[in-house]
Amino acid sequence: MSWETVIGLEVHVQLATRSKMFCACSTAFGNPPNTNVCPVCLGLPGALPVPNREAIRLAVRAAHALGGDVRERSIFARKNYFYPDLPKGYQISQFDEPLSKGGQLPVETPTRGTVEIAIERLHVEEDAGKSLHDRIPGKTAVDLNRAGVPLAEIVSGPDLRSPAEARAYLVTIKQLLIYAGVSECSMEKGSLRVDANISLRRAGAGFGTKTEIKNLNSFANVERALEAEQERQAGLLERGERVTQMTLLFNAGTGEVRPMRSKEESHDYRYFPDPDLPPLVLSRAWIEEIRGELPELPAQKRSRLMAEYGLSGYDAGVLASERAIADYFETVVRGGAAAKTAANWVLGDGMTGYNAAGTFQVKAEDLVALIRLVEQGIVSHQAAKKVYAELALAGGHPQAVAERLGLIQVRDESALEGWVDEVIAAHPNEAGRYRAGETKLLGFLTGQVMKTSQGKADPKGVQPVLVRKLSGQG
Amino acid sequence: MAQQGPLHGMPLAIKDNIVTIEQPTTCGSRILEGYTSPYNATVIERLRAAGAMVACKANLDEFAMGSSTEHSAFGRVRHPMDPSRVPGGSSGGSAALVAAGVVPAGLGSETGGSVRQPASFCGIVGVKPTYGRVSRYGLVAFGSSLDCISTFGRTVQDAGAVLAAMAGPDEHDATTVDRPPLPHRVEARASLQGVTIGVPTEFFPADLHPGVKAACEAAVRGLRDLGARVRDVSLPHVGLAVPTYYVLAPAEAAANLARYDGARYGPRFPSQGDVRALYRATRGKGFGAEVRRRILVGTYVLSAGYYDAYYGKAQAARSRIVEDFRRAFQSGIDLLFTPTTPTPAFKAGEKTSDPVAMYLADIFVCPVNLAGLPAISLPIGRSEGFPIGGQLIGDGFEEAKMLSVAATLERHVEAGAEVR
Repeated sequence: MSWETVIGLEVHVQLATRSKMFCACSTAFGNPPNTNVCPVCLGLPGALPVPNREAIRLAVRAAHALGGDVRERSIFARKNYFYPDLPKGYQISQFDEPLSKGGQLPVETPTRGTVEIAIERLHVEEDAGKSLHDRIPGKTAVDLNRAGVPLAEIVSGPDLRSPAEARAYLVTIKQLLIYAGVSECSMEKGSLRVDANISLRRAGAGFGTKTEIKNLNSFANVERALEAEQERQAGLLERGERVTQMTLLFNAGTGEVRPMRSKEESHDYRYFPDPDLPPLVLSRAWIEEIRGELPELPAQKRSRLMAEYGLSGYDAGVLASERAIADYFETVVRGGAAAKTAANWVLGDGMTGYNAAGTFQVKAEDLVALIRLVEQGIVSHQAAKKVYAELALAGGHPQAVAERLGLIQVRDESALEGWVDEVIAAHPNEAGRYRAGETKLLGFLTGQVMKTSQGKADPKGVQPVLVRKLSGQG
Repeated sequence: MAQQGPLHGMPLAIKDNIVTIEQPTTCGSRILEGYTSPYNATVIERLRAAGAMVACKANLDEFAMGSSTEHSAFGRVRHPMDPSRVPGGSSGGSAALVAAGVVPAGLGSETGGSVRQPASFCGIVGVKPTYGRVSRYGLVAFGSSLDCISTFGRTVQDAGAVLAAMAGPDEHDATTVDRPPLPHRVEARASLQGVTIGVPTEFFPADLHPGVKAACEAAVRGLRDLGARVRDVSLPHVGLAVPTYYVLAPAEAAANLARYDGARYGPRFPSQGDVRALYRATRGKGFGAEVRRRILVGTYVLSAGYYDAYYGKAQAARSRIVEDFRRAFQSGIDLLFTPTTPTPAFKAGEKTSDPVAMYLADIFVCPVNLAGLPAISLPIGRSEGFPIGGQLIGDGFEEAKMLSVAATLERHVEAGAEVR
């Protein structure tokens, strides 16, 4: 009998504010160590925290995006533990009265279709600093630039059933939070971090004992670490042994998880309400105002693109995966391009450039003009791709670029006659067989004309000329 | 010539747990030896803007934890009238300097009565404002939900003027409250007609020091003579105040003092091994015994399994005390009158070996901190030569009324006379 895997994730995202959670210091990433600091985030004697309204706004927005119940009253609490990169000896967080409770996130799972993953809570807190173990040989250095940066912690229910589902959840929540303008969600910059809880059970049984995995630095590693831990727990259970509740660290080099030393594990955070901060009281009106700021979210947008433009689920999904992509697509359609044609361009040449450069290099209005040139037969589809590449590289007006590159389709009778004469002369055998009734050779000869004209001949104009010439008229 | 502020030229003694750029801030502790703040407390900025000057930083019980100013790493403070006695605490340095006439006024801080109690012992005026009236930004935190920067003066006017100059909301302290400012001049009234004074029976136990009792009775007679109505009231839960205080204040202190770990500022004491060893050495040697005791108590009462029994219960008791005061003021009482301390100044060393006896020195002052209310102690007589203080407690943000009644009583009582 097989084991069912139960996974829940705790996701920390940095709220995209310019200043820190409780002081006016910059949140800029990558500045020299200990330059974005002040008495408050250094935890100097006498300093006091004052909440950042913008951070609260973004956290409320995230809660709305996840369908959470944003609470008019929540409480900041102190989470006490000693660590050199924690300047006050406690972290200001929220504990039994979080900003938001409940919610759900629909996730496309690899094997179970779309599953609504429950969100248990969302709360705001400040980040700790960073311990640098490799900067000074034999010593640990501390950089407090990150100390006090605002975070939202989002805790999922134990609803994920495989490491692959965990990864799909992360991809989905990241997409959602970027969409909502809540966070940059960059694991490289530390603006998205994940802790994973995993346990195994027999199907239908109660929850097994869980372990927590930390030190996960990419979505791929979340999946790898959970696979390794799933295997380790299954091995224990198969041998009739028990899983011990503990915190594990993932080693991306070896692909293994190892228990934290008990010293690294904190036992009792002694949470209590932070007396420096009155209860966070938000008006219902403000909470609703923030709901109104939410843009159309990825799942809604995908459905709408399918319904409104008749796109496939896959195409609509790719277009909806980022706001910038969908916005670009819809600008092209509004400019007058047919939806299917626009989607083909955006998902093809458009995405190739977007993935490489992070932006669409051809202006939407230029793509509209280019599509129109193809529709009007002024440039061929093949030629249009060359024009697109040139527009991406150097810009310019599509028609002018097509002209400059000599890619305007030629319909001029005398020019077409010249190429046709050349082809008939070069292929006397095929011309003879055509005349003898093998009419299907017309396609071959047309192709040869296109080739001779280097794609410039208008294929619609070529055939009549060919037929006329081959039948000896003119 | 620039306009002169209301405190123009006034030198002030500043308790050394209020940060200043120009002097070190030690909190009376070895753990902050040599530490100088890179910023001024909000109150310092405001007092300087009003024309006052920082004359000196004044000694205190380490991190404001004590009632006698005997618990300082830099030695004890002596009572200005008798060096064998204590000046009270924890703001004993500022109190002694004002009482001795070195400065006309000064700042202390209260968590559980640390200004009113030494004011009473030293025969001067001590004013604690409503919680939220004065910014705590730059006051080194002890019990953040209780801490209040408070003032000393030789008169109600001086202590009141210093309070008025530094009060008001501060963008650096989320717990400050925006209320109409206090007047810079405190006016005594011609009479106290129309004023109702409540005398809580719980503050006059049978074993109250006879001199204190006599002085209070004389003051109450004085209030009546001035035209006030005086009636007995009951605050049934104030007996819970000291135990409640000694759960909540240490809990907050344990977290507030976690930052002194030798990692970022202050001295590091020699240690072998990892960062935990550094913490143990620095915190073990840097803090004195009373501070260590309170950190341990605070850590204990917040621990898993004990939180509800101690911290949770203390919060519930605090709510009852708040409710007692609220009910009294709602019943038409303008101010409450009580003794400030159960006895006059005691001898140095008398209570240092018995922490609970020391804690009980604050029995009449600390309920006010738990309720967040304003209160004033002013001299109302002497017993065997030592000053006795009387306390007026106001409803929240009623400092102006409290100060004017106090100034009226101040003019009427013979503070320097022996009580009979």
